[in-house]
Amino acid sequence: MAEQILMKGNEAIAHAAIRCGCDGYFGYPITPQSEIMETLMDEQPWETTGMVVLQAESETSSINMLYGGASCGKKVMTSSSSPGLSLMCEGLSYLAGAELPCLVVNVVRGGPGLGTIQPGQGDYFQACKGGGHGDYRMVVLAPASAQEMYDFVDLGFELAFKYRNPSMILADGVVGQMMEKVELRPMKSRWTNEEIVKNMPWATTGKTPARKQNVITSLALDAAVHERLNHTLIEKYKRMEDEDVRFESIQCEDAEHVIVAYGCMSRICESTIEMARKEGIKLGLLRPITLFPFPTKEIDRMVPQLKSMMSVELSTGQMLEDVKLAVNGRIPVNFYGRLGGIVPSPEEVFEAFKKSINN
Amino acid sequence: MDVKDIIKPENRVYAKTPVLTSTTMHYCPGCSHGTVHKLIAEVIEEMGIQEQTIGISPVGCAVFAYNYIDIDWQQAAHGRAPALATATKRLHPEKYVFTYQGDGDLASIGTAEIMHACNRGENIVVIFINNAIYGMTGGQMAPTTLIGMKTATSPYGRDPKLHGQPLKITNLIAQLEGTCYVTRQSVHNAASARKTKRAIRKAFENSALGKGTSFVEVVSTCNSGWKLSPVKANEWMVENMFPEYPMGDLKDR
Amino acid sequence: MALRGAIVVDTEKCKGCSVCVVNCPTQTIALAREVNSKGYNYAYMESPESCTGCTNCATVCPDTCITVYRIKV
Repeated sequence: MAEQILMKGNEAIAHAAIRCGCDGYFGYPITPQSEIMETLMDEQPWETTGMVVLQAESETSSINMLYGGASCGKKVMTSSSSPGLSLMCEGLSYLAGAELPCLVVNVVRGGPGLGTIQPGQGDYFQACKGGGHGDYRMVVLAPASAQEMYDFVDLGFELAFKYRNPSMILADGVVGQMMEKVELRPMKSRWTNEEIVKNMPWATTGKTPARKQNVITSLALDAAVHERLNHTLIEKYKRMEDEDVRFESIQCEDAEHVIVAYGCMSRICESTIEMARKEGIKLGLLRPITLFPFPTKEIDRMVPQLKSMMSVELSTGQMLEDVKLAVNGRIPVNFYGRLGGIVPSPEEVFEAFKKSINN
Repeated sequence: MDVKDIIKPENRVYAKTPVLTSTTMHYCPGCSHGTVHKLIAEVIEEMGIQEQTIGISPVGCAVFAYNYIDIDWQQAAHGRAPALATATKRLHPEKYVFTYQGDGDLASIGTAEIMHACNRGENIVVIFINNAIYGMTGGQMAPTTLIGMKTATSPYGRDPKLHGQPLKITNLIAQLEGTCYVTRQSVHNAASARKTKRAIRKAFENSALGKGTSFVEVVSTCNSGWKLSPVKANEWMVENMFPEYPMGDLKDR
Repeated sequence: MALRGAIVVDTEKCKGCSVCVVNCPTQTIALAREVNSKGYNYAYMESPESCTGCTNCATVCPDTCITVYRIKV
């Protein structure tokens, strides 16, 4: 039996980082995710695995420390919450443009502005549609449990290095703060410098006589070169859509209506599904695990059997747009959302659902 | 004696270091950047650390420094080079890591990053090119622009009431406990260029000794931005920049 | 014993900035009347007999286009 420990989602991120061979964490405190860096500092992984943990002077600096670390082919990560992510968008754009792998965790709170420290899902657009300038995308993983917070650290790194692109864990304050049993996976060792030189021939590991210099940059002033770079990136994002869409379907086989919800809202909507089934309503739940790439094809496949879909979010309706794009006008797509850190109960969602199908 | 008898391999006393690439620099004629690049490359060659050195280039004219010094480079977002260098050095303590930054990059948009990297005493080298103007974007006012100096965004001269005073950031850096060596140099004549090279070498040696951050300001010209010939720009620099940014070590321990 | 020197300028790389000219202690260097393919009047030894091979010109050359030779005579 593997070791299971009761811990917060945020703490799970920290333990996962140490145990999956992460080389460096660079962060700046912000509620509701400060436990991540606090746990790392408490664990002192530099004494055991050699992992570097550093409190930076700002989120701007943290993300640029990732750029430096990632340029060396190292597994580096940061974590923050919404206002901090806004500051990181500059760096994310550069990381994507320079094709650098890294992991960014956003434990989302309510915005815009300083907003609230309560949970939110209002950073969906920022995470999935770019956030920073230019045409870029990231793999965005949406955990719904403390265990997934743990597991998505390793998965996030795996996808980051598969695509040489930043990965994001888009969590919410609920998943970050709630305590659940987490199974610790076996320890993985950090890559040696020799492994990095071998497997990441592009990294700035020091120019040897055996190779040309490595330059990490997102600058391409030549028009043709720049267009080619963008096409390379787009090809990569298409490959993500072909190979790495992840989702969970709950009672969708016979469903006439499907709720789409991610993160903490998917946990709540699971109970809503049970309520509906008891009343004889064939309601299913589609939980996107990757928000980018979005399970568009799965929704497209489901639509012919459905009478309606409903997006349930802690926002004013952001994922809703991706659901609508997938449905493409064939059936009604409804929406229910709460804001300000108010997390609706399963009953409240059920009432809203019933109202939406009776309209 | 004929010149041909002198120009023989065995008589060669100065040649381009192989650490400098043969790419023609994009800099304007007489630009200090080229001289400083060369000095860095010569230090890297003399110390035998080409394989161990990672450079971080800025946003500004020196963004393309990677085209000229034949080492591994990371090109940073504007002002963020010290953050990149911090992570690179901490993840590769055995490497020599340096940033190369202009006055807009280091003393304006990247003030937080340079202050905190220096305050943490990161074992990196910072080369700071202060030519009191934004060169690449077309000669706008920099934080280090002198009072009365005309630029594209201070067309009537820098007025402290409107624009504030020139920022002597090197003096601030010298106050930080994390720095071990803070010096201000120039490259306008051979003696000063040789001194600057010694300063750069000392800075690299310090980083290997783990003494903290070494910071080398090079008071430089931007003859295009200043609208002067290269030679006149050097004279103008000595006359006007040096009183505001005096030469010499601010700290050496 | 005296020092005799000579310089070789990579005339295609030279941008004619004159920084070497004013840094030469023996007034050896001048800018040529001719221009290179980019239109720059490149540096050359106008008075080769006065060169001592001190390397000042090469040290200050921003484009590193000067190679210096020196012998003792």
